[in-house]
Amino acid sequence: MRLITHNMLSCNIKGVTNGYPLGIEASRLETKESELNPEFLRKIFPKLEWKALRDAAHSLGLNDLPEHVEPSMLEDADFLKNFHHALLEVHLEEGALICPETGRRFPVTKGVPNMLLNEDEV
Amino acid sequence: MWYLCYFLHRLLDYRLPEVEALAKLYGFSEGEKPGQGLQWKQAPAHHPDSPFYYVFLPNEEVAHKIVSRSLLLKGMYEVWGEGNSKEELIEAVSSYPEERKAPYLAKDHTFKIVVDRFGKVLSSSEQKACIESIDYVPFQGQVQLKNPQHKFWLIEIDGQVVNNGLPPLEGKHMYFAREIGAGDRSLVSKYELSRRKYLGPTAMDAEIALLMATQALVQPGQLVYDPFVGTGSILIAAAHFGALTMGADIDIRVVRDGRGPDCNVWSNFKQYNLAPPLGLFRADNNMPPWRNNVSEIFDAIICDPPYGVRAGGRKSGGRKMLNGKRDAYIIPEEMRKDHIPSTAPYTLEECVHDLFDMAARLLVMGGRLVYFFPAARDECSETHFPKHPCFTLVSKSEQILSTRWSRCLLTMEKTQRYSTEEADCARDRHLEFKENHLQILQASKEKGNLHSVVFTPSGGAAGPHLQEQYGANGQTNQESRPKYRGKYV
Repeated sequence: MRLITHNMLSCNIKGVTNGYPLGIEASRLETKESELNPEFLRKIFPKLEWKALRDAAHSLGLNDLPEHVEPSMLEDADFLKNFHHALLEVHLEEGALICPETGRRFPVTKGVPNMLLNEDEV
Repeated sequence: MWYLCYFLHRLLDYRLPEVEALAKLYGFSEGEKPGQGLQWKQAPAHHPDSPFYYVFLPNEEVAHKIVSRSLLLKGMYEVWGEGNSKEELIEAVSSYPEERKAPYLAKDHTFKIVVDRFGKVLSSSEQKACIESIDYVPFQGQVQLKNPQHKFWLIEIDGQVVNNGLPPLEGKHMYFAREIGAGDRSLVSKYELSRRKYLGPTAMDAEIALLMATQALVQPGQLVYDPFVGTGSILIAAAHFGALTMGADIDIRVVRDGRGPDCNVWSNFKQYNLAPPLGLFRADNNMPPWRNNVSEIFDAIICDPPYGVRAGGRKSGGRKMLNGKRDAYIIPEEMRKDHIPSTAPYTLEECVHDLFDMAARLLVMGGRLVYFFPAARDECSETHFPKHPCFTLVSKSEQILSTRWSRCLLTMEKTQRYSTEEADCARDRHLEFKENHLQILQASKEKGNLHSVVFTPSGGAAGPHLQEQYGANGQTNQESRPKYRGKYV
């Protein structure tokens, strides 16, 4: 699971109002290089929750993302490189996503988060 | 400029929408004034399933781009003349403007003549005779059979022959035309399912998946989502056209495990050297785990919803609980870790409602939702298709599956922003579905949804209106449909 997926998912257990962002418990991370596509990064940037991305990256030991961002930074090659790396190149292979309100663990195995709810959560 | 389209005799309903979608992809669809955009024209004696159509396009460049990416076009042509007899053809070709012909006939150019008689294979001596009879075009260039600069076609229609069961086209008719480009079907064999490593029972046929991606106007750099991803066959087609993809499925064995480390959704993308999906996750489309404020992120959503013929739809929550046969579940803490949540049947109505609500929220403006919808053979019309205030229907293509059932490929464009009213309305519908789960299931059985009809013995509990339609023995009225229509036609 890349952080781009993490950025879009939340805990949707019935009654939970504050299920975002999900905490990350990482037991195995992998870095897979991929081609940098500045156009895609510029396009996806306004759709992201920056704080959630930055905090998630931080929790995985990636400290290169600035706390405050503005669209003009998308022209900066270094920023794009770090942004690309955090968003698309780091994969959570094994671990879990944790609901900030209930502490419910959504397991991530083989890079696939399991977001299905139990019967008493729907 | 009008160009002649010569279509293959395949997937008849998909042919015009494919050209329309490609035209839009290459920047030409609605003109500024009426009569300027893409238009279709057919000779009066032709029926709608005829392989010959004229299409109005702005220029040859667009026409060439369209035909080069088309799967269902045999070729596209600039017609120099046509007629019902050789004399009429000669007359028409010689009165075609000289300045349009001369550049292709000049001395230093190479060319080739192709003779085609619709529905008939000509022997080489017949072809030779036909080619020699073209003495009314002053060719000056060199004949070159391999990779000529220009290809000229003599297309003949013999009105007497019944081709592929098609009604006879008209009397004898002939076209003399210059080829703009030919369709290329190499993609279809490249992505053929029989060569795919990881397959499921409902993997989408490669040709249809590619056509779906075209309908969705997939372009490089776009983000495409499939909420019922399965083995990824639809996203593979989207990735081929350069899209970045995301997929979800409720069946975790399919998305996570596949059949081993080298036989899963990821390996399917690797097999073709395509960019792997940006993300795969397990989720229930009935209760999608998107963060609240996520909106307008996908350029297209392409899917084949599980409507219950080969794979029934499932959603979260135990069947017994939703039916009211048992109390709400409470899973003890020590059991939680390995608990496998049970699922309940997911009706077509609910599935489509959830799909629309998700797509209305997550598609960009102008983004397309392309999906299959099941229909009885004679119900494949707009009145039976689901509607949503945020979407406009762009095209519908029927694919016949059996004597009774078809599926329609529906292409819808998001033309209205998702508003709070729609969100509220969607939530109300959601609660309503949840409360009335049992009644809805019962009602959908009575209405004769696909699953219950297909798997009920004929004449059984197929629902009153279906029995009426198909008679007691479940046979449809044979005369109401043309004989030549079949699964891939």
